[in-house]
Amino acid sequence: MSDLYHVSSSPHVRSKDSTSRIMLYVILALLPASFFGIYNFGFRALLIMLITIAGCVASEWIFEKIVHKKSTISDLSAVVTGLLLALNLPVSLPWWEALLGSVFAIIIVKMLFGGLGQNFMNPALGARCFLLIAFAADMTNFNCDAYTGATPLALIRENNGAIPADLNVMDMLTGRTAGTIGETCVIAILLGAIILILLGVIDLKIPASYIITFSIFILIFGASPFDTTYLVAELCGGGLMLGAFFMATDYVTSPITPKGQIVYGICCGLLTGLFRCFGANAEGVSFAIILSNLLVPLIEKFTVPRAFGLVKEAKKNE
Amino acid sequence: MNKYTERLYNGIIKENPTFVLMLGMCPTLAVTSSAINGLGMGLSTMVVLVCANLLISLFRKVIPNGVRMPAYIVIVASLVTVVDFLMQAYLQSLSAALGVYIPLIVVNCIILGRAESYASKNPPLPSIFDGIGMGLGFTIGLTLIGLIREFLGAGTLFDVPVLAQFGWFTPITIFIMAPGAFLVLAFLVAGMNIVRKRMEAKGKPLAKPAGCLSGDCASCGHSALCSGKAVAGEKQAADAAGN
Repeated sequence: MSDLYHVSSSPHVRSKDSTSRIMLYVILALLPASFFGIYNFGFRALLIMLITIAGCVASEWIFEKIVHKKSTISDLSAVVTGLLLALNLPVSLPWWEALLGSVFAIIIVKMLFGGLGQNFMNPALGARCFLLIAFAADMTNFNCDAYTGATPLALIRENNGAIPADLNVMDMLTGRTAGTIGETCVIAILLGAIILILLGVIDLKIPASYIITFSIFILIFGASPFDTTYLVAELCGGGLMLGAFFMATDYVTSPITPKGQIVYGICCGLLTGLFRCFGANAEGVSFAIILSNLLVPLIEKFTVPRAFGLVKEAKKNE
Repeated sequence: MNKYTERLYNGIIKENPTFVLMLGMCPTLAVTSSAINGLGMGLSTMVVLVCANLLISLFRKVIPNGVRMPAYIVIVASLVTVVDFLMQAYLQSLSAALGVYIPLIVVNCIILGRAESYASKNPPLPSIFDGIGMGLGFTIGLTLIGLIREFLGAGTLFDVPVLAQFGWFTPITIFIMAPGAFLVLAFLVAGMNIVRKRMEAKGKPLAKPAGCLSGDCASCGHSALCSGKAVAGEKQAADAAGN
């Protein structure tokens, strides 16, 4: 009986979801791509992952020690940042550059802005872009034991939009190509994405609007317009799938309003298409997503849903 | 401390133009890609600053109040032209590296700020020391930023290889590009804010950032630096005095 009369302040209905549980789901969903990365690129891929994860967790712990804050490493968000960063790095990157990237992700992009929930851009992508500008040569060097030469996207770009003879779109789907550790195998990434969607961690609004916008842009403005093989190659190549499902959907740096999420996805798609078709590099997903991250406060401001029962000003005047 | 050493202390620490007053940010961010560039920019600004302070202080009773700004600009521009030509003649590589930022010393807000707030109200000798202090403060600020950016971005210090002699080191080129300037400046200002807090605790407060003169934190770009505490405290004191 006493339970029945127990009065506490709201909320009275609690969800089992917690930050650490959602982060655990994301890690679970990243496992297929991670395992494939290790299988494809060898033991060094595992080493890079361990370095970035350890770097992220350690820098979060040390920062919070220094500023006398409660440690938040148990919410696993630093582990997700570290793993995502590793999946975005080429396997041949020197270890200290990977470590520097993880320190940059946690200290500068995340903790200096107030920690999880306050960061204005995705920490893993912020660090990737930092490394891309800082170590341009190392970050675009995809030579390793398994593969030599450029990524499929770079090859297609060199070939003026035609698929080179030795490049097989099926290989791009199964990930047997050069690239960063986690971006090559589209099947593994989609498997992870299905896990996330089934567990209810993400919904399709952002990835779908992102990929559809990008496809339309590529079909019209791409190097070979209205060529479906080229479109599939552009969709499977580079970090598009990884970015659309795992990084554009980051809770902190994507809009919370449903309409805003679609606008944000369209922004990501347009910018990615713009960078890939007209930019200096073959790849543009990471810059597109962090630029869209910066637009999020503006998008949210203009897409606030109408509160239930609220009548529009114009109607009232009639 | 006599008033001349007080001027030097004021310029280097208490009102350091780069880290405390946040003046002259344009050359601070643009030319500090290496230590030698920072040092060159700082020293040439210092030469102009000392001479301008001296001349303006000498003419302070002659210059009519209504046209003082054009008069200061004429004095500063003449000096900058001299410095620019001297550098083109004797320090060609430095002159080429600093480029348009040498002529732009004319509109450097440190020089006009010191002319307006000190040299136009004080005798020549203290004005010279004010110029030396401020100039040294600016030079130290720029050289420090240049040293850090060159060390990380090229692995050298004053073109002497330090990190660059190790085989594993790859220059972190982002630090000699524009984003690096902002990152390094931000960390140095953060460090200066720690110093500021220690000095305040000791009862020797540093100057407020220039923007704080408005007294309105809502529209002030520097409010993040002082968190509005300085102004709030000042207002309370003023209110108390008024009552």
